[in-house]
Amino acid sequence: MSSKQGTIKESSNDRVFLTLIYIFLSLLMIVILYPLVYIVSASISSPEAVTSGQVWLWPVDFSLEGYIEVFNNSDVIRGFRNSILYTIGYTLIAVFLTVIFAYPLSRKNFYGKSFFMIFILITMLFYGGLIPEYLVVQQLGMLDTPWAILIPKAMAVWQIIIARTFFYTSIPEELVEASEMDGCSSIRFLWHVVLPLSKPIIAVLALMYAVFQWNSYFDAMIFLRTEELFPLQLELREILITQSESGANQDIAEQQKRQQLANLMQYSLIVVSSIPVLIIYPFAQKYFVKGMLLGSVKG
Amino acid sequence: MDQSLDQSKEIKKVTQRHLAKRSFQRHWQLYILMILPVLYFIIFKYVPMLGAVIAFKDYNVVQGIIESPWVGWKHFENFFNNPVAWDLIKNTLFLSLYQLAVTFPLPILLALALNEIRDGIFKRSVQMFTYAPYFISTVVIVSMIILMLSPRSGIINTLMEAVGLDAVNFLGQASMFRDIFVWSDAWQITGYSAIIYLAALAGVDKQQYEAAKIDGASRLQKIWNVDIPAIMPTIVIILILSVGNLMAIGFEKVYLLQNPLNLGTSEILQTYVYKMGIINADFSFATAVGLFNSIINLILLIIVNEIAKKVSGNGLW
Repeated sequence: MSSKQGTIKESSNDRVFLTLIYIFLSLLMIVILYPLVYIVSASISSPEAVTSGQVWLWPVDFSLEGYIEVFNNSDVIRGFRNSILYTIGYTLIAVFLTVIFAYPLSRKNFYGKSFFMIFILITMLFYGGLIPEYLVVQQLGMLDTPWAILIPKAMAVWQIIIARTFFYTSIPEELVEASEMDGCSSIRFLWHVVLPLSKPIIAVLALMYAVFQWNSYFDAMIFLRTEELFPLQLELREILITQSESGANQDIAEQQKRQQLANLMQYSLIVVSSIPVLIIYPFAQKYFVKGMLLGSVKG
Repeated sequence: MDQSLDQSKEIKKVTQRHLAKRSFQRHWQLYILMILPVLYFIIFKYVPMLGAVIAFKDYNVVQGIIESPWVGWKHFENFFNNPVAWDLIKNTLFLSLYQLAVTFPLPILLALALNEIRDGIFKRSVQMFTYAPYFISTVVIVSMIILMLSPRSGIINTLMEAVGLDAVNFLGQASMFRDIFVWSDAWQITGYSAIIYLAALAGVDKQQYEAAKIDGASRLQKIWNVDIPAIMPTIVIILILSVGNLMAIGFEKVYLLQNPLNLGTSEILQTYVYKMGIINADFSFATAVGLFNSIINLILLIIVNEIAKKVSGNGLW
């Protein structure tokens, strides 16, 4: 509540304008929410209701058949497990590499830091291309191994810049000097002092890398051949996008039912695959915002 | 004069060497730690840059990158002599320009609108729900598009039939591909992209708002004269970055949305590179096409950066 003196009465034009803004934002929210609500509603409706188009906003004939179908699909379960392993492994590697690279670049008297900055910024400007990158992975013998998922995208320049900015602003040079006076080595300082002070930035980096890995399919598609290694997103692609809807040789009623169920399962599958991201979303939202702000500070 | 200049240069050199030596002594453990990340960049970023020379060679697995014979501009000539080339370039440019025209201004509008309303449940809900789609994977977004636009059981066609319209096979029409791609992208990233502008708006000096109020400025005038100038530097930087990425746009999503019926507009340079290179194993030719794409990107980035520097006084470098 501001004092009466401070407020100048809003003109009627301004009130109209403000109303328009509220309408615009409300419409935007509806447009963004509708597909999400629809997918969730369809996923917990009966197969017949979805196929016949009865579901348009709220669930019709509540049923969990779609979810049962998803959890009975061994490919999906395997993909889910693979994706969890890839995400954990990749995130650990990526955060580790990012921290040990970004921390030195944040130190004031670290000789060569501008060289290293240019060294990584060049990689943002010049891109070798898909095929040369593929050939490198091939030459290293990583094709069709989990390493092809864990290593080639293990560092992102943007994340390095974010981490460097954080270390630069929150680990004062005096602290480093004091620790050196006490005879603490750089690595011990990094491990025992910097890391505990950097929990927020570690969370930002981990979330960014984890969401990236959980959601990516393309590297898996070009580097992996063995189905046992496929991450969830690749299984999703097979089931949701590539797979044709043709049924096997069953009688027509049975076939129709199978098809309805397969159709319904797609909705449930979308929901199931998004659950891990949904769980971390409340934290992720906060930390992603923080990360974006750190990155935009000109270093 | 010359002598003193030489002297100062000499002093600078000596201090440089001195600084380097001190830094190495003091931080040697950090330099050792950095070996691994540096190797990462060399192997996965710099080696592919050099590997791009196979665009000028006839690469074969037996001879490898170095031994394979040079063929000059052969692959580039083959590409440009193929009538497909111009379709690909056209498709790529149209799709990216359309995307830029939609997804660049929308977040600015959203941020300016959000900045006008008071903090509260409504504002926080708008922010929470508009960010959410950003976290959904490309595969899932494309699946949602396919499910909802399906001519047989999709909700959009069901609703259209309910009001008496004919069902449309949206994804089967080349003419609709760009709209579907661009607007679904806007749906996914507008909220997230607005964050950076909101941050810039939060940094506006409150006194400027007071001054505008005292001058009797309307909300619209305040947006125009205070808000927009305040976020201009951010707008310019984001624009430069977007143009720099113009030809590298959403390729993973384009590939998933493709089907034989919409290839006429959905085949872009990068999907072509993937098909020629990884699927057909025509490595040299695909690299040449990819290289052409990257170079166009780089040129665009440099041009836009120069224009931005001239017009607004700030650029990326």
